[in-house]
Amino acid sequence: MNKARHSPVHSIAAHAILIAYTMIALFPVVVIVINAFKSRKAIFRAPLALPDKDSFSLIGFETVLQQGDFLLYFQNSLIVTVVSLFLVLLFGAMAAFALSEYRFRGNTLMGLYLALGIMIPIRLGTVAILQMMVASGLVNTRTALILVYTAQGLPLAIFILSEFMRQVSDDLKNAGRIDGLSEYRIFFRLVLPLVRPAMATVAVFTMIPIWNDLWFPLILAPAEETKTITLGAQVFIGQFVTNWNAVLAALSLAILPVLILYLIFSRQLIRGITSGAVK
Amino acid sequence: MAAEQSTRPPIRWHIAVFLAPAVLIYTAIMILPLFNTLKLALYTDAQNAQVFIGLDNFRLLFGDERWSEQFWNALGNNVWFFIIHMLVQNPIGILLAALLSSPRLRMRAFYRTAIFIPTILSFVIAGFAWKLILSPLWGVAPNLLDFVGLKGLFQPWLGKEAYALTTLALISVWQFVGIPMMLIYAALLSIPDELLEAAECDGVTGMAQFWKIKLPLVLPAIGIISILTFVGNFNAFDLIYSTQGALAGPDFSTDILGTFLYRTFFGFQLQLGDPNLGAAIATAMFLIILIGVSIYLFGIQRRLRRYQF
Repeated sequence: MNKARHSPVHSIAAHAILIAYTMIALFPVVVIVINAFKSRKAIFRAPLALPDKDSFSLIGFETVLQQGDFLLYFQNSLIVTVVSLFLVLLFGAMAAFALSEYRFRGNTLMGLYLALGIMIPIRLGTVAILQMMVASGLVNTRTALILVYTAQGLPLAIFILSEFMRQVSDDLKNAGRIDGLSEYRIFFRLVLPLVRPAMATVAVFTMIPIWNDLWFPLILAPAEETKTITLGAQVFIGQFVTNWNAVLAALSLAILPVLILYLIFSRQLIRGITSGAVK
Repeated sequence: MAAEQSTRPPIRWHIAVFLAPAVLIYTAIMILPLFNTLKLALYTDAQNAQVFIGLDNFRLLFGDERWSEQFWNALGNNVWFFIIHMLVQNPIGILLAALLSSPRLRMRAFYRTAIFIPTILSFVIAGFAWKLILSPLWGVAPNLLDFVGLKGLFQPWLGKEAYALTTLALISVWQFVGIPMMLIYAALLSIPDELLEAAECDGVTGMAQFWKIKLPLVLPAIGIISILTFVGNFNAFDLIYSTQGALAGPDFSTDILGTFLYRTFFGFQLQLGDPNLGAAIATAMFLIILIGVSIYLFGIQRRLRRYQF
């Protein structure tokens, strides 16, 4: 058909640019991870070389595991992320169902009210949130973080899920009603399984900012027992600034779990972005 | 409708049950604190009691030299931070998306996945990784520049007042370029083939096709990206804090509203935290974001023509 669109010169140029940018995107990550496995001397002598028999060393990881309580931080991050994620998905789906399924007075207004939080960041309320947490004795607890992240994740979750729930066929739900299913059963048994792909997308969108957040752990839960991995890594690196092995190892430990999860879920994430996000 | 039926249906409690948890948490943890923060900005702490002082906090913030200098510095830096994002992130995102969407491209999934990786990392990781790479002590960056014969250009960029903020903005662009790339890529994919074929029949191909047909069609996506970037930039904090610390050095040259809010509200070193003044800064940030979002919603989004296929 048209030559300009498929000519080999164009495709080589396209690959060249894409490969160049891929290298820019991956270079820092690769440099950090390969150097984490090298001895201090090798880190400085040949930072771009892969670790070999002579330069291989796990001294950094040993320091990290001895000095920092990374297992605990990791556990905290995991609990906070998983519980908030569960609450966002459950409450978000319930609210999205109410908004998309029933016509009631104030429906549109409620939708707008809940959508406000997509544009206005929750961080701006930090001063009052901290006061509230102090007053209720929740400072330095994982509960405080879970509550904040649930509130933070709900607006976008409700927005995306209600778009998807509108597409669930009315006939199916009405058939359920005729069979005598309660509205709750219709939601849990019929609708939820059908919007599972959308739930997965929302899950990824919700999870990444929670796992990576530094602001709220720093302000609401900086105690040793409640530190998340992001804050823990930040504090650890701050203390061990001159110990390059330890810093590189800590960074690698923070990178790897996210990277593995991403590689497992990347297809889901990318499909989610490319299908639903641009409305 | 419902009211006209002979037997009026009972109150549908299930709607309330479905809505209640989300609305309660959202209202209690997000909306009320937001309004309380706006309210706190009008008070001050006098012997452990909150005293209403009207707009005095804002007068202090904009009028008093100690504070106003910092505030305008942070705001100016924030604007520059945003400008760099718009000028660098969006063109790169559009370019990558256009290349990715070219037909019969091999390894598409690999590029997409790889270029998106920085976006999933936390600011702490991205910030420190670049801090190490740009460190003159380690020498990765000077060695690389040496490799292409530009060693003379190397500077400890993060340590120089003139370059630090721009460097950090570019690190942030490096991290987030995946988002515009994906959204524009999605928008490009949704352009129907018939439209492009029609363009080809009319002799509009290659670059001309991109500028005249595709770009106008993805403008709404670029609009969404711009407002997301705006909101993200004006409450950014993590990257600056983790690379430069709460003092946003060197000499406050990388101070943005987020770090300024943190220092004022939480205190640092010898300065005590002042929640009320912090609330005033948060209010200013709220207004800035509100103005930005309104300009987008009422000024830009309405003018962008949307096409239904």
